[in-house]
Amino acid sequence: MLRQIEGSRAVAETVALCRPEVVCAYPISPQTHIIEAVGAMVKAGTLTPCEFINVESEFAAMSVAIGASATGARAYTATASQGLLFMMEAVYNAAGLGLPIVMTLANRAIGAPINIWNDHSDAMAVRDSGWIQLFAETNQEAADLHVQAFRLAEELSVPVMVCMDGFILTHAVEGVDILDQAFVDSFLPPYEPRQVLDTADPVSIGAMVGPEAFEEVRYLAHLRQLDALERIPALAMEFAQATGRDSGGLLRNYRTEDADVIIVALGSVLGTIKDAVDIRREAGERVGVVGITSFRPFPGDAVRAALSGASRVVIVEKAFSIGFGGVLSTDVAMALQGMSVGLRTVVAGLGGRSITRRSLEGVIDAAVRDELANLTFLDLDHDAVNRERSRMAATRRSGPSAENLLRDRDHVTSHTAKGPA
Amino acid sequence: MFQVRIHGRGGQGVVTAAEILAVAAFDEGRRAQAFPSFGSERTGAPVVSYCRIDDREIRTREPVMEPDAVIVQDVTLLHQVDLFSGLSKDGFVLVNTSKNFSELGFGDEFVGFRPERLMTCPATEIAIEHVGRPLPNAALLGAFAALTDQISLGAIDVAVRERFHGVVGERNAAAVGAAYAFVTSKEQEAIRASSN
Repeated sequence: MLRQIEGSRAVAETVALCRPEVVCAYPISPQTHIIEAVGAMVKAGTLTPCEFINVESEFAAMSVAIGASATGARAYTATASQGLLFMMEAVYNAAGLGLPIVMTLANRAIGAPINIWNDHSDAMAVRDSGWIQLFAETNQEAADLHVQAFRLAEELSVPVMVCMDGFILTHAVEGVDILDQAFVDSFLPPYEPRQVLDTADPVSIGAMVGPEAFEEVRYLAHLRQLDALERIPALAMEFAQATGRDSGGLLRNYRTEDADVIIVALGSVLGTIKDAVDIRREAGERVGVVGITSFRPFPGDAVRAALSGASRVVIVEKAFSIGFGGVLSTDVAMALQGMSVGLRTVVAGLGGRSITRRSLEGVIDAAVRDELANLTFLDLDHDAVNRERSRMAATRRSGPSAENLLRDRDHVTSHTAKGPA
Repeated sequence: MFQVRIHGRGGQGVVTAAEILAVAAFDEGRRAQAFPSFGSERTGAPVVSYCRIDDREIRTREPVMEPDAVIVQDVTLLHQVDLFSGLSKDGFVLVNTSKNFSELGFGDEFVGFRPERLMTCPATEIAIEHVGRPLPNAALLGAFAALTDQISLGAIDVAVRERFHGVVGERNAAAVGAAYAFVTSKEQEAIRASSN
């Protein structure tokens, strides 16, 4: 049923429709509303049978999910930012053990400086952990992806992370069509574990594996992710046939036919980019967008096919590798090997900085004129950076840069403040 | 697309107001998107929320920078925050105060604006009377409906009762109706004054 609800609520209700048997989580902004809502459903008895386990940390949350999944239970958790980092060791273990846990990642920046707002640094930090990572563009897609995620995870015995932009999606109230239980039950069969801890039929899970077999174990995990490259579009198609909704899949093109410049991005910023593209199209610029839903596994062939007609590709990223540049850009560059396509990286929206349509139009304009630098930081205040560099050059004990920049900003705004005196 | 920006302070239901407005628009068959300004929630701190209403899919995720209407829930913000940034001269302004717009001490900020779109409403007093607490958000939505005609009083009434159940819903709905009537009568008064 189509309802006007908060993104977190839509995800919580959809997760409940997936009949998780164990939910264990530790609250952290901006994931909190999801877990509160699931917990309330367990307490009220509307999500049953399900055990909601209050854990003392994110490390415990993932550890409990691992234990629950290994005993054959459908397990779910959610986190963000430092919470994900705190559970990092267990995140790798879940994937290494091949346990099909589903986790929502309400994308948030990583400190220091501490920052609760949205970017993709957290997802990128676990890029190589072996989890499948799917990025939602809208709350509708975030909700729908969870149903596909459980099916995909359990088919392949690989954990799946559904990434949704913190606050921008989790706290947005918009129309979401919540699936009905009958459909979810038909799409998502009961969990049939490939391995299960059972006292009646004992096995060991998590043995020490030396050089004699470790590489093979890792390679098998890689093959399962390659299998996912087939299964993700197949599940999206099956889902679309039943619901009429284009949720999931590897990637989606928007106005890329005849496009000279193509923007590539992940997550909710795609909406604003599409609006910018429509406006630049009206101005006669041949520009399109590719939104990547499946970041891991990375759909290299599909990306190559989608971008093959462009002369320039601009990757707009809410994360970057300090001392290098784009993260997604590196993957796109590998996919485009041997092709003469100009690649440009735009780092944007770090720590929740607004990515405006107007700024994106500027990026598109510059790309069309081939005036975009290889690496651009969108709306960066170069003057503030230069002032801090000057302070650092002027005195050894220049102090903490984060605090200096805040003070600098207060000073500037107090001298340019508008409004009634 | 009609874009609304709501300014207030933590604890005044700023985010809730945007959400109720979005639900009301949805109930009228329109597309709507409400979201907060994503700050750390602290009672008394300046808070901003946004609501977009359209007849087609709303894709943008940027904050509302060129609002069609600004609602000010807390009049003490007038001297602290750039409340009317991006507002066009055709825009609506609704301020929660018992003063008249001309008494708010603006300089030339609103020169060229349409005076019938600049409105004040004593929403806090209305809330104290009907709800028993100084929570002006629901009342201001009633005033907003009367001022902008972007949403019906009935839709706000239903959405407020959906959000606040039982007697609290009744009281908030009464505040909505009272604020709607207040703005409507002020508008009629202004029309009479200008035709005399």
